[in-house]
Amino acid sequence: MDENLLLDAVERYNNGEMNDQERLFFEELRKNNADIDEAAAEHTFFLAQLEKMSEQKSFKHNLNEVENKLINEGIISHSKGRTKARVVYLWNRYRRTIAVAAAIAGVISFSTASLISKYSENKKVAVITPLVDNKLNQFEHKLNQIEHKLNDATATTSRPKFEANFRATGFLVDGNGYIVTNAHVVQNAKNLIVENKKGDQFYANAVYANTVTDLAILKITDTSFKKVSGLPYTFPKSTAELAEPIFTLGYPREEVVYGEGYLSAKSGYYGDTASYQISISVNPGNSGGPVIDKDGEVIGIISSKETNADGVVFAIKSKNIYNALSEIKKEKDVTIKLPTINSLKGLDRVRQIKKLEDFVYKVKGN
Amino acid sequence: MKTFDQEEILLKGLAANDTNAIETIYRENFTAIKAFIIKNNGYSDDARDIFQEAMIVLFEKSKSGSFVLSCQLQTYLYSICRRLWLKKLQKQNRFNPSIESIQEIVPVEDEIDLHEKKNQDFLLMEDALQKIGEPCKSLLEAFYIDKKSMPEIADSFGYTNADNAKTQKYKCLMRLKKIFFAQYKNKD
Repeated sequence: MDENLLLDAVERYNNGEMNDQERLFFEELRKNNADIDEAAAEHTFFLAQLEKMSEQKSFKHNLNEVENKLINEGIISHSKGRTKARVVYLWNRYRRTIAVAAAIAGVISFSTASLISKYSENKKVAVITPLVDNKLNQFEHKLNQIEHKLNDATATTSRPKFEANFRATGFLVDGNGYIVTNAHVVQNAKNLIVENKKGDQFYANAVYANTVTDLAILKITDTSFKKVSGLPYTFPKSTAELAEPIFTLGYPREEVVYGEGYLSAKSGYYGDTASYQISISVNPGNSGGPVIDKDGEVIGIISSKETNADGVVFAIKSKNIYNALSEIKKEKDVTIKLPTINSLKGLDRVRQIKKLEDFVYKVKGN
Repeated sequence: MKTFDQEEILLKGLAANDTNAIETIYRENFTAIKAFIIKNNGYSDDARDIFQEAMIVLFEKSKSGSFVLSCQLQTYLYSICRRLWLKKLQKQNRFNPSIESIQEIVPVEDEIDLHEKKNQDFLLMEDALQKIGEPCKSLLEAFYIDKKSMPEIADSFGYTNADNAKTQKYKCLMRLKKIFFAQYKNKD
C-alpha cells in the first residue's frame, strides 16, 4: 500500500469516517501485516501528539483571556503588583543594608535632579535622548575607584586604569574583536574601553562611525584579547514583522540587564526607514545593545528613545550593519565576517540569555 | 466551600476548555496561591506563571478521564503550585528549605513529572513545526488543528484544487514527521 494512502486511511479510521466494510478491511489488514500495523500505530501516536498540543494551545489561549479579564477587573494585579511584591522581597532580604541604600538613593536622586535641569536647557536633546549613560554618578565613580585600587593590589589582570565618564552597550559581530555600538556613543570619546561579563577590560578603537545611521564599529586593540568563537546570533537581511516579540541585554547599570518588548513600527523617528520603533523599557546605558527576536536573530541595535512619549524607543535596523561592513571593506580593506550559525533558535529564554551574555560588552569611555 | 458535585462539574467544564469553568477556578483560588508565592520569595508575576502551569496540569488531568479528585480542588491546586514553585526555586538556586506550608498538601510528584514529560513532547512538536517553515506550517495547522476541509484550504492557500492541496499537505506531513521522530527517538 502506498504510504500516502495508508496515512489517509489511518486518519479516516481515527475520525470515524470509514464505512463498516472499509473499517473491517482496514482492521484485518493491520492484523495480518506487521509493517502496516506499525506504521499505522506510529501515525496514530503522532496525530494524538499533534492533537494534544493544539488542545493545550487553545486552553492556554482561554487561560490568558480569563487572566486578562480578571486583570481588568482588578482581581489579579498587573505589573503594579510586581513592583509592590518586589519591594517586599528586597526588604526581607536586605533589611540590614537598607539604611545604607537609602543614603545612597538620596545622593543619586540629587544628581539626577541636576541632570534633568541641565538636559532640559538643551532643546535638541529634549526630543530624542540618546541612551548613553554619560553621567556616571558619584557613587559609581567611588566604586570604580575602589575596584581599581583592588586591581592594582592584586595586579593579576592587566586592566587599563581608566576613569570613564559614560557607559553604553555593544556586542560582538566578529570573534576577532569587532564590536557594534552607536555612533553617538563614540563620537566625542578620546579613549574607549570595552568590558565583558567577566569584567575583563580591553582598549578599543572606533574603526567606523556613521552619524547618519548612528552606527559605529569598534575594534578591540588590546593584545590580551583572545579571539572568541561561537557567536550565537545571526543577522537577518529581511525586515522584521510588526508585533514580533523582542528582547535586549544592556548595561544601564554596572550589571547586565535584560529587557523585553515588541516591535511597534517598521520605521523610526519621523518615518526614518533605517530604524524601527520598538516598545521596551530601556535607560541610559542601553545604547548599542542588540535587539533580538525569539529565534535569536539580531534585528536591530538600540539607539534612542523619545523623551516626551512613554515606551517609544528606536533601534537601527541590522541591515545597516551589512552596509557598514562593505564600507569598511572598501575604505580600510578589512573584512569582518558576521556569524552565520544561530545557536539560540528553539532555546528557552533563560538559556538564550546564558549563551548571549558573553558576547554583550559594556562600552565605556572618556 | 464547594461540594464534591460542584467541583466535579467544574472539572468537566475544564476538560471541555470552557472559559466559565476556568474563570471560576481562577476567582476562587488565585489569591491564595499568590499570597503563598509572595510569602516565599516570589513576585506576583511568578504567581501568575505558576498558577497557569498548575491550571494546565489540572486540565491535562481532567481530560484523562480516569481522574477523580481525592481531596478538595483547592488543596489539589495548592499542592501542585507549591511543588512547581519549589522546583522553580531550586532551579534558580534560591531554594528555601523553610518554605512555608499554610495548608494541607497531597502528593503530586507523579502528576508533575508526567506534565513535564508532556511539555517536552509538545516543545518537540512545536519545534518541528517551526522547522518545516511556511507554507507547510500553516497548511498543516489549518488541516490538523483548525480542522479545515481540503477544498477550503485549497481556496485560502491558492492551490488550484483540493487534490493539489492534499498532495502538498502530504509532503509537508512527511517532513514534519521526519523531524519530529528524529528528535523524539533521539531523546530516549
